[in-house]
Amino acid sequence: MIDVKDLHKSFGSIEVLRGITEHIDRGEKVVIIGPSGSGKSTLLRCLNLLEEPTSGQIVFNDVDITDPKTDVNKVRQKMGMVFQHFNLFQNLNILDNMTLAPVQLKLKSKAEAEEEAHALLRRVGLDDKAAAYPSQLSGGQKQRIAIVRALAMHPEVMLFDEPTSALDPEMVGEVLEVMKELADEGMTMVVVTHEMGFAREVATRVLFMDGGVIAEQAPPEEFFTHPKHARTQEFLSKVL
Amino acid sequence: MEQWAQLYELWSGQIKAGTDLPFWQDLFVNFYQSFIHADRWTQYLEGLGRTLQITVMALILGVILGVIVAVLRTAHDQQRFGHKNWLLGVINTLCKLYTTIIRGTPMMVQLLIMGLVIFSQSRNFALVGALTLGINSGAYVAEIVRSGLMSVDSGQMEAGRSLGLNYITTMRFVVVPQAVKNILPALGNEFITLLKDTSLITVIGGKEMLYAAQAIYAKTYAPMMPLIATALMYLVVVILFTWLLGKLERRLRESDRR
Repeated sequence: MIDVKDLHKSFGSIEVLRGITEHIDRGEKVVIIGPSGSGKSTLLRCLNLLEEPTSGQIVFNDVDITDPKTDVNKVRQKMGMVFQHFNLFQNLNILDNMTLAPVQLKLKSKAEAEEEAHALLRRVGLDDKAAAYPSQLSGGQKQRIAIVRALAMHPEVMLFDEPTSALDPEMVGEVLEVMKELADEGMTMVVVTHEMGFAREVATRVLFMDGGVIAEQAPPEEFFTHPKHARTQEFLSKVL
Repeated sequence: MEQWAQLYELWSGQIKAGTDLPFWQDLFVNFYQSFIHADRWTQYLEGLGRTLQITVMALILGVILGVIVAVLRTAHDQQRFGHKNWLLGVINTLCKLYTTIIRGTPMMVQLLIMGLVIFSQSRNFALVGALTLGINSGAYVAEIVRSGLMSVDSGQMEAGRSLGLNYITTMRFVVVPQAVKNILPALGNEFITLLKDTSLITVIGGKEMLYAAQAIYAKTYAPMMPLIATALMYLVVVILFTWLLGKLERRLRESDRR
């Protein structure tokens, strides 16, 4: 579904990604972990071109999205993204946050979009907040809404960029719960996170990044019990 | 009123004859000839109306110009690396040139150049004045709007783009509304400056509030009352506007409340 070939990304003179080649199949739940500065967020942001790769190729559903002629906006409609800082539209209420993209892109009528938004909000238990503004919600509520806002576009893959890192500890659970449900429904997911419990429980594959390359990857059971790479062992000994 | 007119005739005649009148009688004559004689108060009101008209015209032009320049410049600055558009580059240079020239030269000199050089054939001084003020204000509004656009968290744009919305749609529905809220106080300030700067149009003969006052004291040789009245009228309009702006700001801030 997503094919990454020899991806490089530099910010000025600093090379953050130093040649990533990876394939992600439909239905996979890939969790990317690693120390900060290892390039995991940058890799994720390259997948939907929020960061422009310096070189290399990304193919999504047989379309080369790094080709300048590709319509990035069309590609992004099929790739949902959830941010560390939620990034709900501050000036719009929750319902408008969820219907803005489907309506503006003429995928649905306003009534249809609102109906679906309510259904999605009910699913995460927040339908009573439809008329509220983002600033009136807790972090956990905001993140759950950010997730269903992305789902309103019917994406084929969901990218999560440290979705629980900015949350109070007591709110992490409610967000992970929504993500687990999503995983159970078969959504393809790429998750950058520090939640090792989530990685162990949900991931089909864990990637460990260090210094701009994928240092090691394995199914979660094997990854957490028998890490091969010395750097992985060191990292896991610190976080587990 | 009849009695006032008679008193005015009497005392002004005495003044002309060289009699020294008591202070309060002098003041009355001054007041009467500045405002009531020949219904002169209507001239002030006409002037006020024209001032407001010119301000609104200049404001609309200034805001349109300012927003266009600001959006173009921000779009240029936010281009993705390696995707630089040469046309945007040229436009950006032109916009920078515009703001540099306008902000680097005095308003009065700009008015004189527009009135006496570029539009020297035109008799519609007020319109030329409004045009000049609008162009001038646009440069300042552009910088205000640009600062507003840059003050909006970049995550808002990223969220819009990640949903598949294009740059312009995200700007229109997400970034610009938030920017407007942030820059409202600065824009209000600009509007107040603009309102007061309309008085400069008198230098090219544009008819407005100060022009009316000048016309009156040119006849009466007593500038105090007309000038103070003019100042008061500006003050009242500015206070009224500040109050309205405060209400608008409170309303826009409602989505921020917890």
